[in-house]
Amino acid sequence: MISAYYFGAIALILIGLYTVLVKKNLLKILVGLSIMETGVNLLLISIGYVSGKSAPILSEGITPSQAVDPIPQALVLTAIVIGVATTAMALSVAIILYEKYGTLNIEEIRRLRG
Amino acid sequence: MLKRALAIVAILIIGYWLAQGLSQVPFGQDKMLVSKYYLDHVKEQTGAVNAVTAVVVNYRGFDTLGEVTVLFIASTGVGALLWRKKRKRTAKTKGSVVLTTGSKLLFPFIMLFGMYIFIHGHLTPGGGFPGGATIATAFLLMYMAFTIYEIPHKGFEVTEGFAGMGYVLVGLIGLAIGGYFLFDWIWQTWHLGTSNIGRLVSGGFIPVIYTIIGIKVGTELSGIIDNMLKEEVKE
Repeated sequence: MISAYYFGAIALILIGLYTVLVKKNLLKILVGLSIMETGVNLLLISIGYVSGKSAPILSEGITPSQAVDPIPQALVLTAIVIGVATTAMALSVAIILYEKYGTLNIEEIRRLRG
Repeated sequence: MLKRALAIVAILIIGYWLAQGLSQVPFGQDKMLVSKYYLDHVKEQTGAVNAVTAVVVNYRGFDTLGEVTVLFIASTGVGALLWRKKRKRTAKTKGSVVLTTGSKLLFPFIMLFGMYIFIHGHLTPGGGFPGGATIATAFLLMYMAFTIYEIPHKGFEVTEGFAGMGYVLVGLIGLAIGGYFLFDWIWQTWHLGTSNIGRLVSGGFIPVIYTIIGIKVGTELSGIIDNMLKEEVKE
């Protein structure tokens, strides 16, 4: 069954990709990358989702057969942390570029023309 | 304009390709065998109620160690990229009365909430990473409210290093007792809180590990914030 999550996740990925391809401002490109990452995470989470079942916290009368798949959630936890780390690195590179060139427009920054 | 049109065409092609490729993936179907095994055995094998934290800390603890390492490398990288001899905060406008009073008032409660999140990682949604991020937001709030506020940088770095070593140390104790790295010695050997599943004192070493991770992530993200907010001072 194809759910709304599937189309929503693909739409987020494509919106992020469009931002990366078209925008000139470095910060906007990084925001686009973050949106893309959110889309991928949503896609992974929605693979583990089983309709009508509850979160995999086995308290208050929830048996293992009533819980959703915990593995995609655990892996997305990892992916989110690594995404934060890479975003922080990219932002610090952007800070350095702004200090050096005085602009965030990638057409004005040397060697990044495109 | 041409570039934009080309980008839209490319995106439509990629979107069609993605949608076609992923249409075979079974969404909303029943669980795989591995997750069935995890869900069936999570209570007696790890003592945790929350299966996600059990997978992250117990079954894939080595993975989480790598994840913490990635975060540490990123924080070091930010520090290395933004390193200058003379860096200071050059913020000029102080926060309004509402912001300063509110952040002073809220700071201990945000810290408390972050600690709640990482101590109760085996019972409720959450864990070390969200808890640490919550603690970092408390420091960000202080940075935004006061122009002269600075975290004790040296102390934070030492705390971060000791937290990272603590994780490896817990794993090595498991190696000494149980025979493999990150063996859950508190649960498997001591049987601490066996009759207590679903309460705070249970879950083997998950609360211990998550406390360490929470401290580490909180100090690391605060360090990243501190590095990014400082600017070079021109003389």
